[in-house]
Amino acid sequence: MSTKLRLVLVDDHAMVRAGVRAELGDAYDIVGEAADVDEAITVIIREQPDVVLLDVHLPGGDARAVLDGCLATAPHTSFLALSVSDAPEDVVATVRGGARGYVTKAISGPELREAVQRIADGDAVFSPRLAGFVLDAFSGAAAEQDDELDRLTPRELEVMRLIARGYTYKEVASELVLSIKTVETHVSAVLRKLQLSDRRELARWAAGRGMV
Amino acid sequence: MADVSIPYPAPRATRPVRGRAVAGVAAGLAQNVHLPVWLVRTVFVILAFAGGMGIVLYAAFWAVLPLDAQGTDADTASARSSDTARLLALAAVVVGIGLLLAALGVNVASGAVIPVIVAVFGAALIWRQTDDEQRDAWSRAAGRAARQTAGTTAGAGRWRIVIGIGLVVLAMIALLASRTSPLEAVQGLAVALLIFGGIALVAFPWIYRAWREQSEQRRALIHSEERAEIAAHVHDSVLQTLTLIQRFSGDPAEVARLARTEERNLRGWLYAPTGDPDRTFAAALERDAASVEGDYSASIDVVTVGDAVLDGALGALVAAAREAMVNAAKHGGGLVSVYAECRSEVADVFVRDRGPGFALDEIPADRLGVRESVIGRMERNGGTATLRSTPTSGTEVHLRMPRATEATT
Repeated sequence: MSTKLRLVLVDDHAMVRAGVRAELGDAYDIVGEAADVDEAITVIIREQPDVVLLDVHLPGGDARAVLDGCLATAPHTSFLALSVSDAPEDVVATVRGGARGYVTKAISGPELREAVQRIADGDAVFSPRLAGFVLDAFSGAAAEQDDELDRLTPRELEVMRLIARGYTYKEVASELVLSIKTVETHVSAVLRKLQLSDRRELARWAAGRGMV
Repeated sequence: MADVSIPYPAPRATRPVRGRAVAGVAAGLAQNVHLPVWLVRTVFVILAFAGGMGIVLYAAFWAVLPLDAQGTDADTASARSSDTARLLALAAVVVGIGLLLAALGVNVASGAVIPVIVAVFGAALIWRQTDDEQRDAWSRAAGRAARQTAGTTAGAGRWRIVIGIGLVVLAMIALLASRTSPLEAVQGLAVALLIFGGIALVAFPWIYRAWREQSEQRRALIHSEERAEIAAHVHDSVLQTLTLIQRFSGDPAEVARLARTEERNLRGWLYAPTGDPDRTFAAALERDAASVEGDYSASIDVVTVGDAVLDGALGALVAAAREAMVNAAKHGGGLVSVYAECRSEVADVFVRDRGPGFALDEIPADRLGVRESVIGRMERNGGTATLRSTPTSGTEVHLRMPRATEATT
């Protein structure tokens, strides 16, 4: 009936779901809500939404459990982690579990709308803090890494630094004299490395939450 | 006669743990009669030669005087340092017993007496290790002494138990050998071991249960302390802030400021604080961001990559960054993004706001602070400050400080 993106909200706080619904309800079609891991998996598999906004901490598990339960059965759904947590292990574990981005709940309405659109388009969404984590994890002995997955290219580093400095994708593009599309490509490449790399720092963060 | 546990004021003598040589008898008596400890100890030693009187007296006092464990925790370090002294004192007591026996007409040099003395010394060693407080705790099977016991059995004391057991076994062998043939001695030892093993077998379930109960109790204690800490924190800061928010409910800016400050506090507390703000760069920067945020009701988002111990140059960098943050919060408005990256050769801080920009040449008089407190401070410490400002994308201050330790270039 409409070409609006279909969203599912997963958060154990009804207040947060209501707030997100109020901010996104006009632009997107919110087809379902869930408050815990089992409910979330049921709703996502039933609705096959375009984007899921996923809280990191949930009763009965965490975002990783939802991702594990849905990635295979909802192949066209993208996940955006939305959380109050700043803890690196939460952020990194969720992104490595398959989420395409991470934003904090302090994000403004317009920014959240843009992030959802970007996720739906298959791109990645990095908050300044996530960019900071990436720089932290991939810095240090980066030159000694043989595996291409364990290194960031100089361009990717530049993009990450600017995002960490609070630049929007558009501002990054104009700063580096690139198209927005190119910036998105770089960020997606970093996301892929973040998800697939075996770097010790990443493994450590993941291990911190008992999920190597 | 209501509550026995109420501390009883003097004149009752106790055996203090603090400052004791053997079991604290002399120290306790000295305290009680207000005489110097050395004097009391000398009297005991002299009496020991008077037909062993001193030793009998000492043993009697040891049995009668209650232990005063006050100061055990704080003084463990000093207690440990005097361990050797106490062992020497113990040896002296054992020799004293020997003298007592000699005085009673026993032939000390004969085969039987020396092994007995060695055995007594070995047993004393073991008992010293599992000393009063601990014996107390053991016999109570579990309880409040759990924490004390946890530390004492481990580490340094173990070798003393081993030596003690070794001495006792040696003495037993010597004693048997002096009276009988070697074969009989071995047989006797085997019987002794059998009996000992039997006792151990009988006592094992009890010891094991006591040990289990203690470790469970300890876990419960840690758990409840954790909960108490969380409760105290929530009570102190969160409830307090909520109360303040209700009071200022008519003032949105103040409410936002309070909420933001509390959020930062709670976040810092929940998600492993980055370090000591007086010692590390990242923590210092975050602390300053929090205080600027509190003063100017702005939101400051701090992202740090890498960290280092705070030195003079980094301290100046943090101070300059603080001025830049103040400036951004005052004039930029809205969200201020701070990004700091600390590498081995250089540290960078970016402070960015989205307010109306300005050019350095036309800085209004009231913003001259930027020139002095930010740019001047950086340059005096060997760093640089660059200011970029456009009307559309706000102002960004870039502070760069070469690291002092690696300042070869």
